[in-house]
Amino acid sequence: MGEELRLTIAADVDVVEARQQGRALAAVAGFSSGEQTVIAAAISEIARNILMYAKKGEITLSLVQNGDHQGVAIVAVDQGPGIPDIERAMQYGYSTSHGVGAGLPGAKRLMDEFEVDSVVGRGTTVTMTKWRRTI
Amino acid sequence: MEVPILRQGQYLIASIQSALTDADLSHLREALIAQVGRSRCRGVIVDVTALDVMDSFAVRTLRDIAHMARLRGAETVIVGIQPDVAFAMVQLGLTLKGVATVLDLEEGLAFLTRRTEERLVETKPRRPSGRG
Repeated sequence: MGEELRLTIAADVDVVEARQQGRALAAVAGFSSGEQTVIAAAISEIARNILMYAKKGEITLSLVQNGDHQGVAIVAVDQGPGIPDIERAMQYGYSTSHGVGAGLPGAKRLMDEFEVDSVVGRGTTVTMTKWRRTI
Repeated sequence: MEVPILRQGQYLIASIQSALTDADLSHLREALIAQVGRSRCRGVIVDVTALDVMDSFAVRTLRDIAHMARLRGAETVIVGIQPDVAFAMVQLGLTLKGVATVLDLEEGLAFLTRRTEERLVETKPRRPSGRG
């Protein structure tokens, strides 16, 4: 595969760009248009989180394969303040920024695999993958 | 990317033409609420047919528009949510509770006509009961 796309997230136009690139990559991987929208929505949520909490970061989109399964992997990295209480941040409706509180838990609902790695004062890495359903 | 706001009789129609940034959405909210007063309109239609994704920020902003417009005396209806967008919204757990949504612009206009008529009936002064 080797298809990989690195995107800087530093302004709200970058959020739109990231989700559009994610949708395009999901189309390449053969996802249905519904699933492309789901992937785009998940990218939108985590990209906005970067802007809101860290101001700046990077999102890497790539195609992945596991046996016969094809998927899209998204890695979001920032050097922001980090998440002091990941368990709470993963609760739907919890927000420290007057947001909806749908960012991390929302993205998790949308994806098949979801992992948050965060160190206070160092930054946050979100890794998430969506696998294509084989019929 | 500014969203054009058209006036059609008593209604305002905001027709989203492309993907919007968070700043674009916030700007649309401010512009619509200001214009509800300026043009003394009774209803607002937001056409989201061209929106690629409705994430938590978009949904919150649309909900805010509807609630703020209601406080200013106008009903809001969201039209044109695409099937894929609805699918992703449901998976995300996002709802537009308390906000009217209909299929398309035509339905939106019909909805507002009904609602504004109802409102007029509700606010009509009642006849004094003890006549004679």
